[in-house]
Amino acid sequence: MSAITSETARRRTIRAPYLLLIPAIAILLLGLGYPVIWQIVTSLQQYGLAQQFGKPAPFVGLDNYAALASNADLWWVVLRSLLFCIVTALLTLAVGSLLALLMAAVSKAAKVILQIALLLAWAMPVVAAMTVWIWLFDRRRGVVNYLLDMIPGVEMNRFDWLAQPSTFFLVASIIVIWMSVPFVAFSIYAGLTQVSDEVLEAAQLDGANGWQRFWFIIAPMIRPVIAIVLLLQLIWDLRVFTQITMLKDAGSKSGDFDLLGTYVYQLGTSAQNFGMASAVSILVLAITIALSWFYIRSLLKEDAA
Amino acid sequence: MRKALLSTLAIVIALIWVFPVYWMVSSSFIPTIQLQSFIPTFFPAPATISNYVGTLADGSFVSALGMSLAITLTVVFFCIIFAFLAAVAISRFRFRGRTSFVIAVLVVQMLPAEGLFIAQYKMVSSVGLLDSVIGVSVIYIAAVVPFTIWMLRGFVAGVPADLEEAAMVDGLSRFGAFMRITFPLLAPGLVASGVYAFLQAWNEFTVALVLLPSESAHTLPLWLRGFVQASATRETDWGQVMAASTLVAVPVIIFFLIVQGRLTSGLVSGAVKG
Repeated sequence: MSAITSETARRRTIRAPYLLLIPAIAILLLGLGYPVIWQIVTSLQQYGLAQQFGKPAPFVGLDNYAALASNADLWWVVLRSLLFCIVTALLTLAVGSLLALLMAAVSKAAKVILQIALLLAWAMPVVAAMTVWIWLFDRRRGVVNYLLDMIPGVEMNRFDWLAQPSTFFLVASIIVIWMSVPFVAFSIYAGLTQVSDEVLEAAQLDGANGWQRFWFIIAPMIRPVIAIVLLLQLIWDLRVFTQITMLKDAGSKSGDFDLLGTYVYQLGTSAQNFGMASAVSILVLAITIALSWFYIRSLLKEDAA
Repeated sequence: MRKALLSTLAIVIALIWVFPVYWMVSSSFIPTIQLQSFIPTFFPAPATISNYVGTLADGSFVSALGMSLAITLTVVFFCIIFAFLAAVAISRFRFRGRTSFVIAVLVVQMLPAEGLFIAQYKMVSSVGLLDSVIGVSVIYIAAVVPFTIWMLRGFVAGVPADLEEAAMVDGLSRFGAFMRITFPLLAPGLVASGVYAFLQAWNEFTVALVLLPSESAHTLPLWLRGFVQASATRETDWGQVMAASTLVAVPVIIFFLIVQGRLTSGLVSGAVKG
């Protein structure tokens, strides 16, 4: 009798975790799983304007991907996106690390002031931040042109920052760096505070100078944090749809200003070519997952601990 | 001496960094005529609320606020429940498929909206839920639940199972022990994940742009963008745009300051702990 009750109890505990997971799995399948599968299927079909009006979509195998591979426009967009992403992420990491080291070196009051400033910038909703920055770079009444004009010998002549791709992406990069540095600075600073003072003092007694202490003790200890933070920045800087969309609103609608996100949006909305848009989307997902793998592995390590 | 110099540098950098935020709030209180001058006004000396009055005049803000609130509250409510149940499953039980589930959660949380919105648009429009709270909420919950599970998992694991077992020895059922002992200890974690879900849903732009095409269904970020676009056709009324931006940003900044610490440690804890 008692053996039977404990047997049912055991079975119930084994079933419990699966029951608890049902809602989460159901919503993930609905909101992400189905779209991913639809996208894979559609990327293998010819799915254009005619299919929007109910014409069945014929399977074309890898034709969309072949068309993409030979599409020079797309390669420019991919190249531009990767370049933008890598340059911006590295600059963010550099500035963030310097600010973290600065936080560790300055007086308590200065540190708190810097941290509050960074927190406020970090907290700004992207869309609100974009409107302010667009105004700061406004050609006629923007503060940036006004301040640059004050430098002797510099004549901005109401320079339009968003009119050509080079300065457009420079502005985009400045804004993204401004938004992302706080997270990097706080994460690396948290890593720095883990380095024990005793070890540093011992090294100092043994005659290590400031640079040596940084290079041989601090740097190796914060290397894992830097790796993770850089990886997250690379992934996040690929998804700058909001920023580029808002800057294009204020500047030019031309395709020369597109990055991957806005390019897919154009394909899907203006060109109504869902087959191609899906194929590019799959490319975006593949790049992201490839980049994420290392990050996911490090989180799993923590889960196992 | 060196410390004083570096401290000054830190304060200068702080001022540069906070300037855009200051500029938004400050300009929102400056009269339009003064903003149209080619010489910037750096301090709202005669402050005015006329920009706010102008911004709120046509009622579109209230409509967008209502939409944002409806979506955000739906997302927070379901997200917390779903994530809590899943977090209990993965941190209190060892079962077949657990590792696969954890990996799946970590992978899907990285999926960018930029790589999915075309398919999500087709899915939601095919069931006639464009411009509705339900359609966009389903996508948001799916996007936010993975990281919320990950965040809560740490909190659930932080409550020792011994406490629960002690309560069960004292005669409570497993469920009773959980509700009386573990649940109250989890409150800070639930609040933190709720605020995280709130921020994500409140600020989201990409998916909303695709799934909420009608102006009457716009959320606050879309409203703000539309506001900028509308004022771009004539001379941009930056005073009103800044007032609108301030209205959108203030609740977010307040909530953000509450959860900031947890967000940083949640994202990089694996690295810090080694």
